[in-house]
Amino acid sequence: MHDHRATVESVFRQESGRIIAGLIRVSRSFDLAEEAMQDAFAAAVINWQADGVPDNPAAWITATARRKLIDYARREQTRRNNENQVLYEYESRTCTIDEEMSRPFEDDRLSLIFTCCHPAINKQAQVALTLRTLGGLTTAEIARAFLLPESTLAQRLVRAQRKIQQARIPYQVPDAGALPERLSAVQAVLYLVFNEGYSATSGDNLVRRELCAEAIRLARTLLELMPQNPENMALLALMLLHDSRRDARSTADGQLLTLEEQDRSLWHQEQIVEGIAWVERALGRRNFGPYQMQAAIAAVHAEARTATETDWKQIAGLYVMLHRCQPSPVVSLNLAVAIAMSEGLERGLAMIDSLGAEGELDSYHLYHAARADLLRRMGRNREALESYQRGLALTTNAVELRYLRRRIAELAQAI
Amino acid sequence: MRYMMLIYSQENDAVTPDDMQAVAAAHGALMEEARRRGILCAADPLQASSTATVLRLQDGDALITDGPYAETKEQLAGYYILDCKDLDEALAWAAKIPTACAGIAGCIEVRPLREFPQRAPVNA
Repeated sequence: MHDHRATVESVFRQESGRIIAGLIRVSRSFDLAEEAMQDAFAAAVINWQADGVPDNPAAWITATARRKLIDYARREQTRRNNENQVLYEYESRTCTIDEEMSRPFEDDRLSLIFTCCHPAINKQAQVALTLRTLGGLTTAEIARAFLLPESTLAQRLVRAQRKIQQARIPYQVPDAGALPERLSAVQAVLYLVFNEGYSATSGDNLVRRELCAEAIRLARTLLELMPQNPENMALLALMLLHDSRRDARSTADGQLLTLEEQDRSLWHQEQIVEGIAWVERALGRRNFGPYQMQAAIAAVHAEARTATETDWKQIAGLYVMLHRCQPSPVVSLNLAVAIAMSEGLERGLAMIDSLGAEGELDSYHLYHAARADLLRRMGRNREALESYQRGLALTTNAVELRYLRRRIAELAQAI
Repeated sequence: MRYMMLIYSQENDAVTPDDMQAVAAAHGALMEEARRRGILCAADPLQASSTATVLRLQDGDALITDGPYAETKEQLAGYYILDCKDLDEALAWAAKIPTACAGIAGCIEVRPLREFPQRAPVNA
């Protein structure tokens, strides 16, 4: 009994993205595709019990769902008595489920992901739509992960689906001219999903971890679909390398631990090995981009057996390159820290201070925290304390608040 | 499907006749291209928003006030209606519409027209 249900669930987990992508192509509707897929999975639970699991369960689900679509179209036609595309295309061709299953199983997931991450859709809806369709998460699961009421999320999804239909957002991979920009929008959505899970500011820890796992799964899918793209490789690598530290980055009571403080034996080596391999393959393409630089930096950290063995010189070089492809004051700040660690604290502090003088970073809490950290290392405890306090005043994130308070308490004792 | 492209730009007294002429020529060329492709349904520039009048029905009476409807920095300056196959095509056309006024860039809002089944769309 239980086995069949488990089989159905595992088929859903593995194949629902591909199945729904194909059904959307046929029905030209996210709603109908989803309804048909759900009906088909429900039918599978009953049918496979009686007839056994078919050789290709995903093809069976697709074939059954396509027949459901035709049923809906017939129902709709008798009601409205007008032409329906699905019926038009499929009525004459569809006979038995075996014939249906013998059709080539095309992969429409790339069209699906580009449609879900179309810039004409609001960013949060892009994320929700991607997780819902390609990730196969339920509306309730997504709402829990993003700490939103389920009704809010459901409404966001409905609105996005309606816009796709009404504004006729195409279901296709963008043409070569638009591809680089649109691909980086897709990558940004996946990275956002990962960060939402990773930056774990509050909420259910387990749900957050699943979000990271889901982001990694989606990054794998994107790489599988566009295997030559070095930024896709790097995005997967970056996620794997960060995720490898998940058990080391906080204490049992939720205190954030810096890279330096983490017990590196808790880092997941299999993810590190895979992450580094992808970084190397990506860099071998000699077509650099921001994810490659970030992943390479994460790889350098991962390669150091202890914090003191960290190759800060290489990290500084990578930040210089990152700044070249994606200039930002935050990247400059990280470069200054890497310089401090490789060429001397004074030099790094001077860089940080000149960055601060430009004004942009003055309201950024991590600027003050980074400055405080250098002062602390230099033994200038009073100044460090002051900087930590300025950072604290600008922080709203609960985990970071606790981290800064801990630092302040430690320093106050030392003075 | 027909899409309406609403052009919003900053109204600027500093516009010179040369600016005007350059912008008009750019629009003229674009309209010509769209006409040649058979997708131009309509396109017109509007008079300045200072010429706008707003009418609102209140309890059956027409209340008339000096316009425009919204006092925003960027004002509706004109529109195109183009028949495109999907939003991506519409956006590609919208990207060619000049929005700058005296060098200050404006923006384009792209919205699909609501098609009623009984009224056949243009060029369907």
